[in-house]
Amino acid sequence: MVDIQTWRAWLLTDTPTSRRHAKLSTLYQGWLSFRGNTMAMVGLWILTLLVLTAFAAPLLAPHDPFAQDLANRLQPLWSDGHAFGTDSLGRDILSRLIYGSRITLYIVALVALIAPISGLLVGTVAGYVGGWTDQVLMRITDIFLAFPRLVLALAFVAALGAGIENAVLAISLTAWPPYARIARAETLTIRSSDYISAIQLQGAGAMRIITKHIWPLCISSLIVRVTLDMAGIILAAAGLGFLGLGAQPPSPEWGAMISEGRRFILDHWWVATMPGMAIFTVSLAFNLLGDGLRDVLDPKDSEK
Amino acid sequence: MVRSPKCECAPVSMLNVDNLSVWFGNGRDRVDAVRNASFNVNRGASFGLVGESGSGKSTILRAVMGLTPNWSGAISVDTKPVDKTRQKSFYKVVQMVFQDPYASLHPRHSVDQVLGETLYLHGFRDIDARVVKLLDDVGLGGKFRFRYPHQLSGGQRQRVAIARALAPKPSILLLDEPTSALDVSVQAEILNLLTDLRTEHGLTYIMVSHDLSVVGHMCEQLAVMKDGEIVEIMEVETLRKAQASHPYSQELLAASI
Repeated sequence: MVDIQTWRAWLLTDTPTSRRHAKLSTLYQGWLSFRGNTMAMVGLWILTLLVLTAFAAPLLAPHDPFAQDLANRLQPLWSDGHAFGTDSLGRDILSRLIYGSRITLYIVALVALIAPISGLLVGTVAGYVGGWTDQVLMRITDIFLAFPRLVLALAFVAALGAGIENAVLAISLTAWPPYARIARAETLTIRSSDYISAIQLQGAGAMRIITKHIWPLCISSLIVRVTLDMAGIILAAAGLGFLGLGAQPPSPEWGAMISEGRRFILDHWWVATMPGMAIFTVSLAFNLLGDGLRDVLDPKDSEK
Repeated sequence: MVRSPKCECAPVSMLNVDNLSVWFGNGRDRVDAVRNASFNVNRGASFGLVGESGSGKSTILRAVMGLTPNWSGAISVDTKPVDKTRQKSFYKVVQMVFQDPYASLHPRHSVDQVLGETLYLHGFRDIDARVVKLLDDVGLGGKFRFRYPHQLSGGQRQRVAIARALAPKPSILLLDEPTSALDVSVQAEILNLLTDLRTEHGLTYIMVSHDLSVVGHMCEQLAVMKDGEIVEIMEVETLRKAQASHPYSQELLAASI
């Protein structure tokens, strides 16, 4: 108990004694203010649970997600050994949902890496360098923004072939322009500020200024935007799966599962509803998390 | 003619600005911020630029530092002419302190990061020792080293900004109204610090201010600016005796008494 008290005092000190101490202290204070936000914590718990589920899928799943049993097809909820029933081929829906969380996480992680990073790069370079570079980069961004999202993804998948990797690429391709726009707008307000002039007067190059001075200020608003977009990304992936252009059968991707269940939706509603609930829960969790992160990371608030 | 704290030998020109014009925009949108400004500052001297807001005082400093793209005329530092694009060696000789200490420090960088990066960029390698030394020089103890700007008061921030400007060991410091954003008691502290640092490091100051008493306290010579032009250059003695010759300077003097 005493130990915990001293640790807290050490972390909350006003006068850190080393670089590491200062960093840990800032992190801890951010965590404290995040923890105060109940809804955000709910979101974080759901996502932690999702990650654990994905890791422990073989341990948690009661059945093989690919094992077909035509004698037991379309069993209702809470039937023998199948808590969420079975689908049209007699596969256990709960097990398929548990294994499907891996695919969902895979898509989310890849898109969350590709889209914001490329958007950040394009946006900050355009905003900082200005002139022709800005014109060219932002017109390309405009072109991508002008396409309807799902249609562009459809065209892309149609050209490259259906599959989960191509779906990820297609979603990333349509997701980066808004990030570039945000990053550019932030860069424009930052680049004329005195602290950027001050570092220019120390002879710093453009690369150093963009990565070390502009990025840290853009990243918080981007992280918030990413978590808020996650729901949309999961839905887009599910949409591609639903249209048969994302994950291919028998892969237990949630969107593809809804697509399969659609044929029986009137008589056996749970086949499509259960994966729908899973998508809904995870999307909601990301939205809640994003809202909480905005409160913690927004530089305008943390100044106070 | 000019009292210099260190050197009693013949005055050497440290900063010479000849026929400097600065403008923003082109064609019909062109705004002339500074027109044909010329002045000379000797080594170890302290030179004031006064005038109302918008008269182009700060623009002259920004032009000297290379922060304004459009300028004509000649600037020479230590009798060597300055190139259009500043070399790194230039920033080792000339540094600037900005007006607003709330805007001139990166909100996400600690004092240690600000000073450490500056030292790194100027090629120093014994960064830890130098950061401690710099903080001592500006009267901030080691306990401020890992603070972030939002944990510092205005006066403390301005001390950090001064420490950053001193990091490359410059000979010329351009001060852009270094105290106007601070309250009166803190102003006096910062001005005293600047006076001490000048004698200690043998610095040459060019100081912009709209406050005649600050310039009278800090400088030996001053230029009065109006609408982008220097209307008069005079000794501070003349200012004290209220013997300005140009009608605008007289007006400014009358207004400040």
